[in-house]
Amino acid sequence: MGLSGIEIFKKLPKTNCGKCGVPTCLAFAMKLATGKAELDACPDLSEDVKEELGEASAPPVRTVVIGTGERAVKLGGETVLFRHEKRFENPPAFTLFLSDKMDESEISAKLTKFKETSYERVGLVLRPAMVAVKGEKDASGFMALVEKVCNDTDAALVLMNEDADALSQAAKTCSNRKPLIYAATMENVETLGNLAMELSCPLAVKGNSLEELAELSEKLIKMGVKDLILDSGARTAGKSLEDQIIIRRSALMKKFKPFGFPTIVFPCEMTDDPMKEAMIACQMVAKYGSIIVLSEIEGHSIFPLLLASMNIFTDPQRPMAVEQKIYEIGATDENSPVLITGNFSLTYFIVSGEVDASRVPSYLLIKDTEGLSVLTAWAAGKFGADTIAPFIKKCGIEEKVKHRKLVIPGYLATISGELEEELPDWEILIGPREASHLPAYLKELSA
Amino acid sequence: MTFEIPKVSYSGKIKEIPLGRGENIITVGGESCYPFHLFEGAIPHPPKIAMEVYDKEPEDWPDTALEPFADVAGDPVAWARKCVDTYGAEMIALQLASTDPNAEDTPADEAAAITKKVSDAVDVPLIVFGTSNTDKDTEVLKAVCETCEGKNLIIGPLGEGNYRAIGATAIGYKHTVMASTPIDINLAKQLNILLGNLNVPDDKIIIDPTTGALGYGLEYCYSVIERIRTAALIQEDERLQFPIIANFAKEVWKTKEVKLSEPEAPLLGDQKKRGVLMEAMTAQCVLLAGADILVMRHPEAINLVKESIQDLMIKGEG
Repeated sequence: MGLSGIEIFKKLPKTNCGKCGVPTCLAFAMKLATGKAELDACPDLSEDVKEELGEASAPPVRTVVIGTGERAVKLGGETVLFRHEKRFENPPAFTLFLSDKMDESEISAKLTKFKETSYERVGLVLRPAMVAVKGEKDASGFMALVEKVCNDTDAALVLMNEDADALSQAAKTCSNRKPLIYAATMENVETLGNLAMELSCPLAVKGNSLEELAELSEKLIKMGVKDLILDSGARTAGKSLEDQIIIRRSALMKKFKPFGFPTIVFPCEMTDDPMKEAMIACQMVAKYGSIIVLSEIEGHSIFPLLLASMNIFTDPQRPMAVEQKIYEIGATDENSPVLITGNFSLTYFIVSGEVDASRVPSYLLIKDTEGLSVLTAWAAGKFGADTIAPFIKKCGIEEKVKHRKLVIPGYLATISGELEEELPDWEILIGPREASHLPAYLKELSA
Repeated sequence: MTFEIPKVSYSGKIKEIPLGRGENIITVGGESCYPFHLFEGAIPHPPKIAMEVYDKEPEDWPDTALEPFADVAGDPVAWARKCVDTYGAEMIALQLASTDPNAEDTPADEAAAITKKVSDAVDVPLIVFGTSNTDKDTEVLKAVCETCEGKNLIIGPLGEGNYRAIGATAIGYKHTVMASTPIDINLAKQLNILLGNLNVPDDKIIIDPTTGALGYGLEYCYSVIERIRTAALIQEDERLQFPIIANFAKEVWKTKEVKLSEPEAPLLGDQKKRGVLMEAMTAQCVLLAGADILVMRHPEAINLVKESIQDLMIKGEG
């Protein structure tokens, strides 16, 4: 972020009209400076000022969108080197690699896996995001494959071909899908730069070194190409790590424009072992890969990769929360134990995992504690007897079980008396303090 | 076109800690840059992997994790030998899980005897974990210290509630300690200060910042490790300039996702490969954050991570 709050404030109308949702222009400026508000929220800015401030407050790594509609993929927009400094913005796009050298059955099988792979976790949909199509034979075969993939999936595309003519031809037929054109090199930079501008498509730029990459990128910026994706040419894990760090640092610490774009990395070209490929991809998740191209989408590797991506790109300032409701774990019936805890996602995952491991079918009541953990929520007045009691009455558990025994977290032992007063029909049982002791506890309880 | 590589200037350095004894000492730490940032600093000792051994036969492991150890699972000595002889373990991490009062509550002297046998059976450095039960760990780890005098074991976890008792005993019998705090940089620093006040020597302290599994809070651990490393290297926070251990295998292998079979969850793919990658990727993340010692379980996950460390220790080319 280039400008301070005060510098931004000078450009604002200073009417303190409050239309932006913040009482004063100064407060709005401060929010803008820290990236917590959007410029568009102010209705009274002239286009000139908007452009000026927009330029200055744009993130040092440009946000680039590939694809259209629901499956459009947003990349970049990053402002920090370490997630604890603020947060990472846009998680990497895991991308399936297809080539016209593969036979039809292999391509269909890979595409099917790609399409069916999707997981839901903490209310988020996790899935591989894009398909890369590479032409390595003749132009017509490449074209046919691009068409097949276009017809088969709405996912965003990367079109890869060293033959600039074949690449142009394919890009023109599906430019409405806003594919990433891969890649401008020393040989074809002008042709592809012009093509990208003509079609309004993002363009990948590939150098054989960081120096060459910087030179190419600068040339394209001068030509007027706005949306670039960087490939430093590194094809080993070690060199990739170094290049990714240097690219991100150059953009953030030096405001070096040629490197102020998202990147594309190719674990699929770095090893023939799919397990090792997954490990390299995991490295790229943590250290700055934006498009991560993989040779296959298999549940046993893409699921952990998506978890890694979710973990690293979670906003550290906002606790992840799960939905407040009754979670039925196992084949519950009217005699199953009832437990309650808070809706901090980690609490939920750990407690539900242990209940599951106990093999005692149970009802787990998750109460909204605004994503706070049990003790923090209790201290903040969001998980005391006065809020738990109405939740128990309203959540519907009384219709699901015959008994009236409620297991509360061991750390909340002090509220059990109060809770019994609020819930006279219920017997309050004090569970273990640590989730890991739940299996033993539940087995004994149900014995 | 030329551009200047934006380098970070490091004013601090991680302390070098020798583990084990005699000819078989393995040194950890010594970094003067962020993890694998070889273009701007030195990493004299690449991260090491300690293989887990359990004091009693594990009951709740999925078959995919137990299979490599099925022939030795009830015998910690044979288990440790197998890790070293068959799998080339650089270190052993003995988990005294059965001492947990909520489990079998194995008495301290029995746990110490098992530890002694294991330490006599292998030459590599031996890490010994209690169960994070403050009182029981005090009993058990004190007994372990006494019984294994002079072996320079790495013992822990030492927490707020028992660092004095265990720390004093460890000094007396010349062992290294793991200072354990719940995912919090300030508490980690505070405990290291207290250990210093107790006169635990600086070359006998390892930081255990608590590590969760991939998908189960790993992000908190990842960021705490990165913050500890930044404070140590950039802000010259002397009481955080210690190597970091990450004890996550037991967390990974109890998650639901490693236990589901492929027929139960077809979208999650092959059960064994999934478990191996869940463990190896947890390792990969904490390595990139700054861990020096990884406590791991599955031999195939360990091989993947070893290869990854080798690849990341190659400078420049490619």
